[in-house]
Amino acid sequence: MILQMKNIQKSFGELEVLKDISLEVDSGEVVSIIGPSGSGKSTLLRCATFLERVNAGEIRYMDKAAVTTNAQGEAVYVGHKELADVKRYFGLVFQQFNLFPHYSVLKNIMDAPIHVQKRNKDEVHEEAMALLKKMDLEQRANAYPCQLSGGQQQRVAIARALALKPSILFFDEPTSALDPELTGEVLKVIRQLAEEKMTMVVVTHEMPFARAVSNRVIFMDKGVIVEQGDPEEVFGNPTQERTKQFLRHYQR
Amino acid sequence: MSFSTMLAAMGEGMLRTCAIFFLTLLFSLPLGMVVMFLRRSKIRVVREVTKIYIAIMRGTPLMLQLLMWYFSPYYLFGLSIRGYRFPAIIIGFAMNYAAYFAEIFRGGIEAIPQGQYEAAEVLGYSKTQTFFKIILPQVIKTILPSVTNEVITLVKDTSLAFTLAYNEMFSLAKQIAASQTSFVPFVVAGVFYFVANYVVAFVMERIEKALDYYR
Repeated sequence: MILQMKNIQKSFGELEVLKDISLEVDSGEVVSIIGPSGSGKSTLLRCATFLERVNAGEIRYMDKAAVTTNAQGEAVYVGHKELADVKRYFGLVFQQFNLFPHYSVLKNIMDAPIHVQKRNKDEVHEEAMALLKKMDLEQRANAYPCQLSGGQQQRVAIARALALKPSILFFDEPTSALDPELTGEVLKVIRQLAEEKMTMVVVTHEMPFARAVSNRVIFMDKGVIVEQGDPEEVFGNPTQERTKQFLRHYQR
Repeated sequence: MSFSTMLAAMGEGMLRTCAIFFLTLLFSLPLGMVVMFLRRSKIRVVREVTKIYIAIMRGTPLMLQLLMWYFSPYYLFGLSIRGYRFPAIIIGFAMNYAAYFAEIFRGGIEAIPQGQYEAAEVLGYSKTQTFFKIILPQVIKTILPSVTNEVITLVKDTSLAFTLAYNEMFSLAKQIAASQTSFVPFVVAGVFYFVANYVVAFVMERIEKALDYYR
């Protein structure tokens, strides 16, 4: 089991965003999370990547506990160093790419492996070039993010996350900032990673993509998992009324 | 008094003016960074005290502040202020400019999108790495035009050192103008400030151009 999240609760003030959510992701699995805006999908990813602190629940990566809940029902995070160890297991691709604008494409990819993981520079360079080739961007290695299209920037962001060799990669609406043409090139890359059995959790509004690529689809609404299962089941024959209602909007 | 004698007399003042200018920058830029961090502190008391400090530095005349820095050791503690003139000028300028720089830095820091911090965090950068590698270079780029403004103001503000009877260039210009009943020293002073600021603007523009490779 790569990721285990158990009974996660998260509130922003009075507003309960995640109500007792549990999510497990196995090695090689591709999980899509769909649902309306405000359903808590992105918050779930942000909690999994420690960008938000949960109020209660457990989070484990590769069976290493990162968050546990104490007797008072409050979440307890492991120490700074242990958390840094756990962080190495995942990568995150943002909706807004969040590339570093002052670094070239190549430096965006190489900097963290060299300065965070302290790996050998030549080796990292070789891997970065291989990743760029895979993203079909080897010609743009020395370009700056502002010189790239949104789709190209997002592919660099994916390469940047992959360069740290995560065991699981999260995508937070990776194509929501892109027009349909550019969306395609990013989805193609994610599909390719799925074929290579990269473990991924993708929050997305691209229903045909979720249906075609994932092993499991999770439909969330109002902070709970309403329905989950095989994509053909969830899309083809949803059992919950709320799921049917939501999917109807996409069948126009 | 010949023109060249006049220039020679003012030349020494120009060196003093330059000393005030460079020492002020040397101290106020790092100090401004510290003040900015205190202004953004998580501890409320620290934040509030820093706000008061900035309010005083920006809200009262620099001339008055210079007098305070110079005379307060004597009036408050009865200490001798012999030989303290130049240090008082530098302290006064540095403390004043640090307040302005702190606010410029703060504006620059707050303009950096939250996503930059989040990306750095997920990639495993430490807080220090994030600040020096990711945030600061982008801050420098955004604040350069405001810093140029401030530096140009500083060139002209150095003349305020006359308040403490320090013989920088403009003080000398006034003395020579009075003793020689001549308008020429003022023209020389004007040309000096103008050229100095032209150089400042030129250098800063070069730096801005050098950082033009990204947006």
